Amino acid sequence: MSQLPFDPLLVSIAAPLAVALAIALGLPKRYSVLLAYAGFAVPALMALHCWYHFPVGLGADYAFATQYDTGLSALGISLKLGLNGIALPLYVLAGLVGLAAGLYAIQSQAERLKIYLMLLLVMQGGLMGVFASVDVFFFYFFHELALIPTFIMVGIWGGRDRNYAAMKMTIYLTVGAMLSLLGLVAIYVKSGANSFDLVSLRHALTAAPLDGTLQKYLFGLLVFGFGILVSLWPLHTWAPLGYGAAPSSAAMLHAGVLKKFGLYGLIQIAVPLLPLGATQWTTVFAGLAVFGNILIVGFVTMAQRDLKQMVGYSSVMHMGYAFLGVACLSGLGAGGVVLMMVAHGLSVALLFLLATSIHHRTHTFDLNEMGGLAQKTPVLAAFFVTATLASIGLPGFANFWGELTIFVAAWSYSKVLTACAVSGIIISAIYGLRAAARVFFGPPTEELNRVTAAHPPADLRWSEKLPAIILLAALLFIGFWPKSLTTPLNAALHPAWPAAGALPLQTTPGK
Amino acid sequence: MTPELLQAAAASNQWSAILPELGLGCLALLLLVLEIVLPKSAHDRIPTVAIVGQLAILVALLVNLTPAGLERDTFNGLLHHSRDGQFLRAFFLVTSIVVCLLGRVALAKQLLPKIEFYHLVLVVTAAMMLLAQSNHFVMLFVALETVTVGFYILVSYVRTSPLSLEAGLKYLIMGALSSALLLFGIVLLYGVAGTPTLPAHTGQAMNFDALSAFLAANPGNFVAQCGIALVLSGVAFKIGAFPFQIWIPDVYQGAPTPVTAFLAVASKAAGFAVLLVLTLKAFAPYAGLTVPLLGVLAAATILFGNIAALTQSNVKRLIGLSGVSHAGFLLLGVVAAVSTPLALGAVYFYLAAYLIATLAVFGVMTHVAGPNDADQELDHYAGLARDNPFLATVLAVGLGSLAGIPPLAGFMGKLFVFIAAFKAGLYPLLAVAIVGVVISIYYYFGWIKAAFFETWRAPQPEGTPDSRPARTPVAWPAGVTLGLLALASVVLGFYQGCFGEWLLNR
Repeated sequence: MSQLPFDPLLVSIAAPLAVALAIALGLPKRYSVLLAYAGFAVPALMALHCWYHFPVGLGADYAFATQYDTGLSALGISLKLGLNGIALPLYVLAGLVGLAAGLYAIQSQAERLKIYLMLLLVMQGGLMGVFASVDVFFFYFFHELALIPTFIMVGIWGGRDRNYAAMKMTIYLTVGAMLSLLGLVAIYVKSGANSFDLVSLRHALTAAPLDGTLQKYLFGLLVFGFGILVSLWPLHTWAPLGYGAAPSSAAMLHAGVLKKFGLYGLIQIAVPLLPLGATQWTTVFAGLAVFGNILIVGFVTMAQRDLKQMVGYSSVMHMGYAFLGVACLSGLGAGGVVLMMVAHGLSVALLFLLATSIHHRTHTFDLNEMGGLAQKTPVLAAFFVTATLASIGLPGFANFWGELTIFVAAWSYSKVLTACAVSGIIISAIYGLRAAARVFFGPPTEELNRVTAAHPPADLRWSEKLPAIILLAALLFIGFWPKSLTTPLNAALHPAWPAAGALPLQTTPGK
Repeated sequence: MTPELLQAAAASNQWSAILPELGLGCLALLLLVLEIVLPKSAHDRIPTVAIVGQLAILVALLVNLTPAGLERDTFNGLLHHSRDGQFLRAFFLVTSIVVCLLGRVALAKQLLPKIEFYHLVLVVTAAMMLLAQSNHFVMLFVALETVTVGFYILVSYVRTSPLSLEAGLKYLIMGALSSALLLFGIVLLYGVAGTPTLPAHTGQAMNFDALSAFLAANPGNFVAQCGIALVLSGVAFKIGAFPFQIWIPDVYQGAPTPVTAFLAVASKAAGFAVLLVLTLKAFAPYAGLTVPLLGVLAAATILFGNIAALTQSNVKRLIGLSGVSHAGFLLLGVVAAVSTPLALGAVYFYLAAYLIATLAVFGVMTHVAGPNDADQELDHYAGLARDNPFLATVLAVGLGSLAGIPPLAGFMGKLFVFIAAFKAGLYPLLAVAIVGVVISIYYYFGWIKAAFFETWRAPQPEGTPDSRPARTPVAWPAGVTLGLLALASVVLGFYQGCFGEWLLNR
């Protein structure tokens, strides 16, 4: 266990928020940037510390658990923090991607850099809070805290169509958040636990499960609420648009970490608390995920000409695998989803970072106007090709283990869906490799020659390389040693999730 | 009359129980005296006297927030003192202090007579404080009329502006109509309760306790039902619930901005204080009538307010109609309060969050508005974030809190009301409320967008005057107040502390 004289979880939430407050109160720019380094580094260090010191053999209990009263004891709400094996991987993901996004933002020369950093820090504090909260209310609360800055960042620093994108994102995500809030409040009221504490809720609902019909409605609310937030087809249209317009660090944090909120909610809260409800919905959302997210969105991704939009669509597509993994309703599937979330978070953040770095050199996101950049920027090319291979799921990267585990779990769920999902790998190989080829290899276009003549492109600077290295190192580390995450994950999933096949699955197709 | 008799009367009436109201009344008179006594050059100090005096009363009230003699009746049952009453007293005082501060900013721009404004605000505030604690229809009606008459003058305060006069006239006619409905309802109730052939008939039916006892003994009496419906309609005018909201956009637009703020916050809260006392105490035996009636009102109010606000471009009309939707959310809480005690605390928390956020937004509006008070368009906010980041931040926090965006206080208020409604089993109303919240995001976000996001503007020919009025620089008292209001919205969202415990633990 941790030997720190303070609560690492609270510090990881409070440090970025405190720095944001200091910047808001008018700190001069030079000190703001210095403090911002600390604001992004502290959560990452705390995350690594918790990872390293995570106790073995914990089961479903929470490590580093602490509780603070915020004056809402009448409603059973208190700030209860802790990590279990499901939360730990995502907490680490939030810390690492936050650090990378922060470092990339600091060197980005954005206009009004202070406010930009302030909003990113608020987002970072919220993200650490989402995965460190044991209290369901604060789980939602921190998610919203992280979500609001995204809208503002898209609206102010966004690219093309930013006003439209900001409005669309706001409305879609508010609807999703309201639906999931309604579902969570319903669980709270109906459980009779008079507490938002996940542990108490779990005890109450294990002792007296809700009846099947009610569970069906509540799970439906949560699936569609969380589904909008995770961009489940056909509710995904905000995502590519928003990510296309969002400034790079905001896109990294949102696509990489914040979007995982919905899936994490399904795995940590919805399925364990409402197992009967879950069985009645799996057919629906597994079908939507495979045919909508993986196949339809996969083909749409292949047709993209805009590099950033393509990365945005590919992240929507990969969410299909995660939903398929949840639909298996087995510990194996859920474990695969958690691994895949971490891997996808790291790799999509890396792709957004590199896409923006490419844009700085080519002054365009249009794939048809690029080519041959590898001769001028070999390091950037190496990074981008590696990131693409990781995102396709090549062995050696974390993504491989996530997808492999999901496919193994899905095989016993439905062979047809698994076959379709596996063919999605080919789709992602096509668009990923084609993008890499268009950008970096082949003859440069005339348009690009004109731009590179005016602004000779430099290779990746160290300030850009460092965040990329952090993300790539984490991908490789987990890829070569997945046990570091799966041991605590198994311990937590085993009691919370039923073993594969224990639940009635007779309604599933393909059996 | 001997001195002993007077002493006995004074002792039995316990005048000390209404010291804050007496203090406000004396302060109001003092302002008029000062205007006569002081030389004209010193008249600028009189508003300061009003604000400092109210601050002193507020501090005295907060120090003595839970005195020994709570939960008792005074003045032969005219007033009932309770913890909720103490909360509402502080609520009205805070509103009135901020309104006076805004008055200093706004009245200077329009070259209006000053002292009467503060005098009227103080008198109206004292009347509202009594209204919130009334336990008797006579007290209720007298206090309500004092408030309404004060507002007739305040709304048409800008005598040179046709819009202000029109607003005053509209408010006068609608106010008279609502008073008539209320009075007719009271008379019906009084009459039916005095009918000797009915069981438990009483001559004291003006008193809420006696009326409640009579209603409990006569369930389903048709005349009593008519009376209750009429009284509730009269109150629905004050809170601006559908279909009694028609006066709101015009009156809000025409009235001077500080008065609009006063109407939006204090007048609405006073209406809800009355509504809570009536539904939970006087009409409690007729919950079978009040719950569906108020439930339908709540759903219609939420939908109407939000949908009507979507198309507004004048910010005063926009905030008026958004206030209608807030009345709907509060009504949802009132309906839930009939069966769930938690809802009462939720409604008060919502009101507190609404006060903090609305006054912050009105504070910004006062500074952005030009000399023509009724003309405040969304376009005038273009570039506010660049020119005055402080005002823009306060505006964003206030609007965010009104929209119910976490981590601001308004979100917590909505959440508490929704949880209470869930516990009360009001699922259809909840669905309507969720739809309302999502619609409201659009127009609140549109306002924030106008202030923050750079939009393309058609290039003007050289020398064209800017259509946006010049912004008033923020003086330190207004700056401190706005900063505190914004900070309170944020802090109450994160940490409710003893305030949350005090309101919600019951």
